[in-house]
Amino acid sequence: MGFEKFGIVSFTSQTKATPFIDHLERGVLAGTKCKGCGTFYFPPRPDCYHCLSSDVEWREITGKGKLISYSTLIYAPTGFEADLPYTIALVEFDNKVKVFGRLSKEVKDEEIKIGMELKYSVVKLPNDRITYEFKKA
Amino acid sequence: MKKEVAIIGVGQTAFVRGYEGSIRELAFDAYKEAMLDAGLTAKEIDASIICSAPEYDKQRSPSGTIVEYLGLNPKPTFYIETICSSSSSGLRVAYSLVKSGLHELVLVLGFQKMSEISSADSQERMGRGSDIMWEAPFGTMMPAYYAMHARAHFQRYGTTEEDLALIRVKAATYGMINKKAVYQKGVTLEQVLTSDMIASPLKRFDCCANADGASCLIVANQERAKALSKKPVWIIGLGAATAPINMSGRESLTGLSCAREAAKEAYQMAGVTPQDIDVAEVHDCFTIAEMMAYEDLGFAGPGEGKDLIRGKETYIGGKIPVNVDGGLLSKGHPIGATGGSQIRTIVLQLRGEAGEMQVKAPEIGLIHNIGGVGLYGNVTILGRD
Repeated sequence: MGFEKFGIVSFTSQTKATPFIDHLERGVLAGTKCKGCGTFYFPPRPDCYHCLSSDVEWREITGKGKLISYSTLIYAPTGFEADLPYTIALVEFDNKVKVFGRLSKEVKDEEIKIGMELKYSVVKLPNDRITYEFKKA
Repeated sequence: MKKEVAIIGVGQTAFVRGYEGSIRELAFDAYKEAMLDAGLTAKEIDASIICSAPEYDKQRSPSGTIVEYLGLNPKPTFYIETICSSSSSGLRVAYSLVKSGLHELVLVLGFQKMSEISSADSQERMGRGSDIMWEAPFGTMMPAYYAMHARAHFQRYGTTEEDLALIRVKAATYGMINKKAVYQKGVTLEQVLTSDMIASPLKRFDCCANADGASCLIVANQERAKALSKKPVWIIGLGAATAPINMSGRESLTGLSCAREAAKEAYQMAGVTPQDIDVAEVHDCFTIAEMMAYEDLGFAGPGEGKDLIRGKETYIGGKIPVNVDGGLLSKGHPIGATGGSQIRTIVLQLRGEAGEMQVKAPEIGLIHNIGGVGLYGNVTILGRD
């Protein structure tokens, strides 16, 4: 349990990657680094497919983010209608680590440009839910 | 040309908004057409492969229900699922069963009854075809993912919304002459460009239509194909590949790596190049998907897909006619039935039986069928006898 707090609507509750939520609660967006071979993963995962180790440490996502692409949704799937319109985005941080998420509504439509610099920000939602979004760096 | 495994029968229901019947009856409609086409009876079929995406209807393991209804008991059946490319995956499995010698005649039936649920619920289910842990919690849906690919393509190559709209206009041109298409109306460039935004920059007319429908293919080994069919169409190339489900794992969003990998494998197996393809069906779930397909399949260089559509080279009479049955955009996209429908179109083209949609004397045709957001790539190459 624990992972059910993640995002606007969650679809799963049990995962060994639940420490992700603990880091988010401290304001940190983290991925996992394999202690066996050093491979870094985002999204985080407790198992390494390179060396088959299941010994990982949690590391913060670092560097300035760069917007790879985005789309603003005018229609939403069931469960997300109240947030419309919202913008989903893929952002690249240090070491080519790409993170998927939403752009903050603070970023105005006319300001959104592929390549723009972004940072992540943890967002606490009602009902003890938690997520992250991207803001202007 | 390898003549080892052939398609000897094809069938497809009309693709419609709301099919007034159950999934087993929907399956029967496509099955009947394919069986009559091949001149077969149920007892001759050695095995069946049933293909659909789950959660649109309540039936769990639909194979059991469907094979009973089609009279295919006690022969074995398998349920194959790769979302939107389920029936292309089904064809790959059928090929393997036949080529291995385990079976001689295998039936591939794809179906989907999407109208059992609302459009928003359908988007929610499709959204869960992406990663439910790391992406769906943000409120993702298929049009938005493909819209991100469109934005990336625009940025890198200077492709425009109008280029995408041209693809929709082409689809509608052929949807108008396909009696089995869900959308048989013409569409103008202006209509596409002024239609409601769904997920920027993709608008309503950039998106394919949900539909109910079924498709059916009958696959035979060489001996049976020659004995049973006057015009067997040979499976000469098969390619299948996967890509990371997370967008985080993608090298770029300007194309689909699973399609490039699958195409490479299929071209190699068939011993042909993109220039040898006379007619193609590509997975145009969104206009940008067809644009990327031109490039991923090698019909155009990276970023040059827009020149193909601007020059009308993918119309009948052009360099490489693509989706001249209306594609997913106009013909409709009943998930599990789509691949089989695309394959049927190419089979009819190679037999010279495509009617008004017929391309002049094609010898080699290609089918590109994608599952999810570039998650599963399937490329099939067929050759005329």
